[in-house]
Amino acid sequence: MDLNSLIYLKSELCLLLIFFILLFMKIFSNDQNRNVGILKLVNVLLFINLIYGFFFNVEGQLFNEMFITNPLLVMEKNILNLGIFLISLQSFDWLKNHKFIIEYYLLLLSTMVGMFFMISSGNLIMFYMGLELSAIPLAAVITFDHEKARSAEAGMKMILSSAFASGMMLFGISLIYGTTGTLNLNELSTAITGSPLQVLACIFLMAGFGFKLSAVPFHLWTADVYEGAPVNITSFLSVISKGATFFIFIRFIQKIFFHFPGPWSYMMFILIAITITLANLFAIRQENLKRFLAFSSITQAGYILLGLSTNTPSGEGSALFFLLAYIFTNLGAFGVISIISNHTGKENIGDLKGFYQTNPRLSWALALSMFSLAGIPPTAGFFGKLFLLTSGASNGNYALLTIAALNMIISLYYYIRVVKAMFVDAGENPIETIQSGTHAKIALIICSMGILLIGFAGGLFNYIFALIS
Amino acid sequence: MIQNLNLLIIFSILSAVGIMAVEKKMVRWIAFTGAAFQFIIVIGILFAYLGERALGNTAQFLFEQKSVWFDAFHIEYHIGIDGISLAMLMLTSVVVMTGILLSWKTEYMTKEFFFLLTSLSAGAYGFFISLDLFTMFFFLELAVIPKYLLISIWGSGKKEYSAMKLALMLMGGSALILIGLIGVYFQSMGPDGQHTFDLIKLAKMHIPMEAQRYLFPLIFTGFGVFTALFPFHTWVPDGHSSAPTAGSMFLAGISMKLGGYGCIRVATYLMPEAALEYSWIIISLATIAIIYGSFVTMMQKDLKYINAYSSISHCGFVLMGIGMMTKTAMAGAVMQMVSHGLMTALFFGAIGMLYERTHTKDIDKLGGLLKSMPFLSSVYIIAGLCSLGLPGFSGFVAEMTILVGSWQRTGLFERITSVIACISIVVTAVYILRAIAKAVLGPYTNEEHATLKDARWNEKTASVVLICSILAIGVLPFWLYNLITPDTKLIIEKIAHTF
Repeated sequence: MDLNSLIYLKSELCLLLIFFILLFMKIFSNDQNRNVGILKLVNVLLFINLIYGFFFNVEGQLFNEMFITNPLLVMEKNILNLGIFLISLQSFDWLKNHKFIIEYYLLLLSTMVGMFFMISSGNLIMFYMGLELSAIPLAAVITFDHEKARSAEAGMKMILSSAFASGMMLFGISLIYGTTGTLNLNELSTAITGSPLQVLACIFLMAGFGFKLSAVPFHLWTADVYEGAPVNITSFLSVISKGATFFIFIRFIQKIFFHFPGPWSYMMFILIAITITLANLFAIRQENLKRFLAFSSITQAGYILLGLSTNTPSGEGSALFFLLAYIFTNLGAFGVISIISNHTGKENIGDLKGFYQTNPRLSWALALSMFSLAGIPPTAGFFGKLFLLTSGASNGNYALLTIAALNMIISLYYYIRVVKAMFVDAGENPIETIQSGTHAKIALIICSMGILLIGFAGGLFNYIFALIS
Repeated sequence: MIQNLNLLIIFSILSAVGIMAVEKKMVRWIAFTGAAFQFIIVIGILFAYLGERALGNTAQFLFEQKSVWFDAFHIEYHIGIDGISLAMLMLTSVVVMTGILLSWKTEYMTKEFFFLLTSLSAGAYGFFISLDLFTMFFFLELAVIPKYLLISIWGSGKKEYSAMKLALMLMGGSALILIGLIGVYFQSMGPDGQHTFDLIKLAKMHIPMEAQRYLFPLIFTGFGVFTALFPFHTWVPDGHSSAPTAGSMFLAGISMKLGGYGCIRVATYLMPEAALEYSWIIISLATIAIIYGSFVTMMQKDLKYINAYSSISHCGFVLMGIGMMTKTAMAGAVMQMVSHGLMTALFFGAIGMLYERTHTKDIDKLGGLLKSMPFLSSVYIIAGLCSLGLPGFSGFVAEMTILVGSWQRTGLFERITSVIACISIVVTAVYILRAIAKAVLGPYTNEEHATLKDARWNEKTASVVLICSILAIGVLPFWLYNLITPDTKLIIEKIAHTF
């Protein structure tokens, strides 16, 4: 371990530093009245972590290519840092009165470290280790709404499904090791021969990925877990957990999956088609905002898969850009929902009727997120979706493109339903004017600015693209 | 300075921001000032354009500006105008300005109303000046949500149903356009082996015929949904009738022209061979729209539904002009777009003014309004006569041009469809004269109508502006015709046919 390795591991080490600071604070003082102070300190630390992510981007590998880093991966990790910072800002009001705030952050930081190792893995064992490290604390933090039975149920569903999916992936990994004799991703890309046993291994791997990415038919855990978890953890699941899995999935496609072009395209076609279509149809009927956003995030995952399915640099760039836009979008939507939920406990679309008359700015924030999810200009979601669709069609697969484009019509319907409830419907009992806390306001402002502006930042996309090629 | 087309969009954004920032009393003035400025800018651009052409500048598009937006997909922010775009810009500026004037009395959520109206105008302006397919699609989609909100919040009748139907059907059209655009992108093979979204570069390339056969229907149908191509016209009646006055004016006046412009500029211009092959389908559907639209209008009792269905009929003429594929017919199509836009804006404006005073749109319940509201009723009659195709107004000029252009095609099918289209003129006369007679002439059906007040200053100004624009085209059509024809000639010359 020399100075170089410290720099390679900088993102993980920064998070671990915050982890240990919080751990020592917990051990050495148990004063319940310092909640607000602790929360402010954590937010500052996470902000410093985010800024630090922009410096010292180098390329290298550690531990015999088990851990690799390059500017692209560091940028991906920084996108996740941004996400966790925004979520922390939004959790402020809920955590102020919670008993276990340090534990909350300890669990979240552990998950993040696990995700970072997973993203940076160059070896299947390291990948699996990161995957497990990210899954277990996540299941624990899902149960953090201790008064609600739903929360515990969600945590239980998450850990059992997670364990099962990880088990499948491990079986796939073992088959790959058995047929190729290597676990290193770079060596695998040359060692894969396309034998039937390897195809089987890929199917198991894909099942595990499909679980994490909430692709249909591996999505059945999504709605219940999203509904039961506390709102801020739902946002974490929908954005960061998914984002991290997509980042490593991109590398798996390049190194392993794309060596089976026939089965891969066949599998992707069916997966993408049913993911987008079925999730859209289910989302129409949802009343609970969290379940609604769960199904919407399944659809968005389908679109990202469409962009990635052709393994082109533009596809990878579009997926990264879309995930950044998706962070702003989803965290904006969840931000408003968490503000409403903290103040009134209401979570249904029907409760939003007449919301614009009492809370105009919150309504605009939520409406902006809905438009971005639907793909309406000038929001970032429009650009992201269009780039994904363009990349997805680059191998002439117009059937899938048609399915995806036509599904945009259905999705517009249910996103407009939320906007309609807020702006058009007159509610007999609208939610009264909410004074949201400063931290939540800052998070919402960042998200809204992000949604409106990054579509026009062509330089950002060119930078991402330059990193990839 | 006036040649910077970005000014149009910048002014829209500035007024939108200004509207949200000031207090309620100043909102309409800000909106009106912005729209008036844009009108003046468009007139300035017109004179600059005519000056450039007189100097002998024969570039296809003038006042071009280009900047790279997303390099990886070869997307640029590329704007520029030619005669057709300029005609549409003039239409947009007049309709937006008069629409704002006619909505002066909106009390409910005034700020949001004018904000949405201004963002709609930004979308329309941007669409007509863009020369890059992605930019065009960006501006097209920009308009969907303001339309939905305008209808569902400030509309009347079954507004929520109409708004949702409109939003979903227009999104369906956009989805088809999107598939077509991406297809065109991948079929384009530039000199350096790169794909491109740029319209000018695409026009120089030849897209393979097999690709054209499925891309052209996609793009044409997608844009056709916007222009009420039969059978995708079903959003028009409900959408137009439930919308507030300015909303209807914008929808019928400008939004339907987005489709027609797209059909000409994207579908026909880039894929002329396929256009020729499919022209018989286009002509048939257009003729059905013309005849069916006018016959259905005869059955309507609600003034707004009358105008909405007649819009289907008039926009059928636009599509027929495009389908006939001769220089004159296509120029006539563009003129019909401009003329119908102005005329329907005037008609919806008049109906809106009548509705505001009498609170009914049923022609059986209206009568004798000429006695109590002479100015308004005259405006209403003028709008009706223009829709009828009375010479002296723009409707006559446009329809004549289309029919003359259609007659230049000597095939039996085209001749028959031209004759059928002419028959619709008679049917139009029936429903227009009936609407006029029942609503403003004759005795009062409701004694309260005798005490209604006539037009106010904002309504008088808006009506006069629209009538003058209609007369400018109707009495002196040559300036518009000479503006448009060089460009339609270019489009037709891409097809190696002469008629």
